Amino acid sequence: MFSWYYIEGILIQSCYTLLIVLGLSILTGYTGMFSFGHAGFVCIGAYVSVLCTMGFGLPYLLSLLIAGVVAMIFGAALGKITLNLKGDYFCIATLGVGEAIRLIFNNLNLNLNIGGKTFILDGAKGIASIPLHTTFPVALAIVVIFLTATAFLMNSKHGRSMLAVREDELAAQMSGINTFRSKMLAMCMSALYAGIAGGMLAHYFGYLQPKMFMMVKSTEYTIMVIFGGMGSITGSVLGTVLLCALPELLRAVGDWRLVFYGLAVIVIMIVRPKGLMGGKELPVGKFFRWIGRLLTGKKNDPPPDSDPPGEEVPA
Amino acid sequence: MDIQYYLQQLVNGICLGGMYALMSVGYSLVYSIMSFSNFAHGGVIMVGAYVGFFALTALKVPFLVAFLLCGVGSGLLAIIIERLVYSPLRQRHAPSLYFIISAMGASIFLENFVIATIDGTPRNYPTLFSNSIKIGSLSLGLDSLLMIIVSAVSLLILMFIIQKTKIGLAIRACSYNEKAGTLMGINSSLVIFVVFMMGGILAGFAGMLYGMRFIVKPTIGQVTNKSFVAAVFGGLGSLPGAIIGSVLLGIMEIFVASINSNLRDLFVYALLIIVLIIKPSGLMGKVVEDKA
Repeated sequence: MFSWYYIEGILIQSCYTLLIVLGLSILTGYTGMFSFGHAGFVCIGAYVSVLCTMGFGLPYLLSLLIAGVVAMIFGAALGKITLNLKGDYFCIATLGVGEAIRLIFNNLNLNLNIGGKTFILDGAKGIASIPLHTTFPVALAIVVIFLTATAFLMNSKHGRSMLAVREDELAAQMSGINTFRSKMLAMCMSALYAGIAGGMLAHYFGYLQPKMFMMVKSTEYTIMVIFGGMGSITGSVLGTVLLCALPELLRAVGDWRLVFYGLAVIVIMIVRPKGLMGGKELPVGKFFRWIGRLLTGKKNDPPPDSDPPGEEVPA
Repeated sequence: MDIQYYLQQLVNGICLGGMYALMSVGYSLVYSIMSFSNFAHGGVIMVGAYVGFFALTALKVPFLVAFLLCGVGSGLLAIIIERLVYSPLRQRHAPSLYFIISAMGASIFLENFVIATIDGTPRNYPTLFSNSIKIGSLSLGLDSLLMIIVSAVSLLILMFIIQKTKIGLAIRACSYNEKAGTLMGINSSLVIFVVFMMGGILAGFAGMLYGMRFIVKPTIGQVTNKSFVAAVFGGLGSLPGAIIGSVLLGIMEIFVASINSNLRDLFVYALLIIVLIIKPSGLMGKVVEDKA
């Protein structure tokens, strides 16, 4: 049961889900806007990248990039019209958009003939026999790049502005932050991440169907952000890996696993609404410095005051 | 393609709209008091449909009894959800987004609980009313007639409760301003209890009507997203708005479906987006200002 093939599958799934959740974490965790339509961006990214590789014969990584950019352009357009909506209305709008995107692909029939190759997109039946380009090393490399990028973004002026918007939009505005621009940046970044992840997903499964992008998926991503703790990158990583592995570990109990999943969400909201990390980060930097000291054997530094990650229990 | 055809479609639209109205008033009532979108409502409707199904097939009770059982079952479930899921959040004054996440969790829980305990296969209600009445050359199925009557009567009763009784006054006061209402001696816990109960009962009725008309399956809850769209269209938090929005949405949906049945779902969500862009407060909703 626990063959490498099986574990690799879970790891790849965790990787692209993590990418989506990272993007969503920028939007939800840092900027405080809830999206229930992120599966829509993933859907766009998946279809665009498949069109690129299968239709135009572009290389895989380039197709991911194009998928991300297309999703980002779409996110920007969506942001332009919905970002001024308040609270609940914004998340209802994203819900509508997410479902609308899925339904458009559900009704879309394409039969392109590009340079002698035919590319068939058949509505609800979707696309079959997509080349399997997403391997674990590639997926891991992409995720690590974006993890680093996210960490830098969040420590930049833009990241701080987003936090300010989340805490109090009015106060942020009065301190001279262009709140619309911050929100737009968050929206674009998260759509970019989702688009790239969509491409990875498509080239992992080898087939695409619109029903893979139901609203439930969007909800799951949001739940992962909340579970890990809003405003914490390491929290998102922990949340995603745990919640990706949980259904697999619970596979033995069959249909009941999603029952537990729903129950877990409710219990978390009641018992620990801050999420696992509660907005704090695991001391990753300290950890690496500690490892560095171990490797170089420098002993004259002040003793490391942090525990290795995984054992840190924030208050 | 003549006037007969359009009239027939209009009747179908009103049927569908009436059912949406039963569902969307539940959404709207909860939104008006607690200002969050209760996504668990779909699960309550689904459970109602199952209660009706098993009452009719396993217990073999008459239709009216099954119908009341639906209301009782769903009403109870709605109250239980409120007590177990929302009440702890409410006491902590959690932001409304936590309520939404919890509601999503409850909805996932209910849907999969039914899949795990019963199964995921769609089931058909036994045929109850196969006759139809002819009015002129317009044929009106008894089940459609029943749907319209049931929706209309339950909504009228609901409006009566809201407008004429003491608890209705309390609900209206709380929807205007919950804090001020509490200061005036209104037991806001009781108000929320009643709101969930009424929404749940109507959800049960709607579930049974939906099951009779279409099919019973655990994913009905997702179909009820449309009634949520109707509530937004009419104006979230406004009861008459929810009803008018639902009926209009039902009629429009049927007419779109008669042009191209693939477009009906897409149309509903497109409408949602357009409404949110042009007038987020919907047809009759109140405009909420951002207070500093």
